[in-house]
Amino acid sequence: MTGFPLKIVTPDGLIYDGQAEYLVVRTTEGDVGILASHINSVFSLGMGKATIISDGQRRTAACIGGMLSVMNGSVTLVPTTFEWSDQIDVDRANASLERAQSILNSGSASQTDLKLAEARLRRALVRKGVASR
Amino acid sequence: MAGVSTKDIKTRIRSMESTKQITKAMEMVAASKLRHAQARVENSRPYFEILYSTIHDIVEANRDFSSPYLENRPVKKIAYIVIAGDRGLAGGYNSNVLKLVQSEIEGKDVVIIPIGKKSTDYFSSRKIPVLTTVYSDASAVSIGDCFSIAKQLSKAFLAGEFDEIRLAYTNFVSVLSQTPASIRLLPLIRETTGREGTRPTDVLYEPDGETVFQAVVPEYLGGVLYGALCESRASEHAARRTAMDSATQNAEDMIADLSLKYNQARQAAITQEITEIVAGA
Repeated sequence: MTGFPLKIVTPDGLIYDGQAEYLVVRTTEGDVGILASHINSVFSLGMGKATIISDGQRRTAACIGGMLSVMNGSVTLVPTTFEWSDQIDVDRANASLERAQSILNSGSASQTDLKLAEARLRRALVRKGVASR
Repeated sequence: MAGVSTKDIKTRIRSMESTKQITKAMEMVAASKLRHAQARVENSRPYFEILYSTIHDIVEANRDFSSPYLENRPVKKIAYIVIAGDRGLAGGYNSNVLKLVQSEIEGKDVVIIPIGKKSTDYFSSRKIPVLTTVYSDASAVSIGDCFSIAKQLSKAFLAGEFDEIRLAYTNFVSVLSQTPASIRLLPLIRETTGREGTRPTDVLYEPDGETVFQAVVPEYLGGVLYGALCESRASEHAARRTAMDSATQNAEDMIADLSLKYNQARQAAITQEITEIVAGA
């Protein structure tokens, strides 16, 4: 299977730089799969699982926010956070989940707090979902 | 130096030595923090550069869409994000960036978002309106905070609360050189370079250029802010290291000077004693 050069960069540094055969990410419009020779394009990313197949090996990660760009065959993934499934701190995600739920259930939080809690809840769910696979 | 007793000089040398120990320790702490901060600056740079070039590619390739982020409104109110340190003793690090901001905001209607204790104190003591003091501890500001600041500010910009958003920080040029800088975050400027031919124009935006742009701009601002924060932190440690290095140097010079004087005074006392003994005999 032909591959394409893939780069994954987050504010914490370069996470992946090499060949990949297949990439699936959750964009704001739904899952998008990228194969070699994809048309030049830019997607904004949502929150969800990212799957990368390189050398026949399948790896998954929690990929949140940012964007994906394909330019002249090379693919650049620029997420806000990107954690491989084996590096996710499940305890932290659980704690975050509980905190978010208690804010959402308290009924006294302000509109912005509710929004933040909702986003936190979604991030925690994505992380847990990816880690348990 | 006649008349000063050897005891006085000795006390001064001792106090100078303990000062030297402190500055030396501070220098070493700053140097080790600098190494980490420098690594972080280098790690965050590619992210920052890719976001920047993508944003500008979209702006260049889509001459037909308009976005409120690109709109140049008459500037009435400016929001300033000012990044400084939490503590002093870092040479000109804090004062340089604050001076730069002070000269730029003169006579304008501004509101400040200070990051760092020095920045918060400076503006609140001068009665310059401050939006929030939540970020008065620069070392505790996380990347998540950067993104939430960026989101809030871009929302406020779209709502028309501010007509311009600027960011003042310190650029980490090298270990020995740091320069304060002030950049405009919003509205984004369309670059009119002659490079259009080299850029791919047939790009698919999903769902469309405008939506992607709208979603990516706050991310971009958060990224810029985080990058600037990393640069500033590295600059702070570098500035402190340099300042403490020269303080240690000065202390060493003074100790050398005082030791010489101490020996002279001691020798003078001995000579005098001998003279007295000889004269008395």
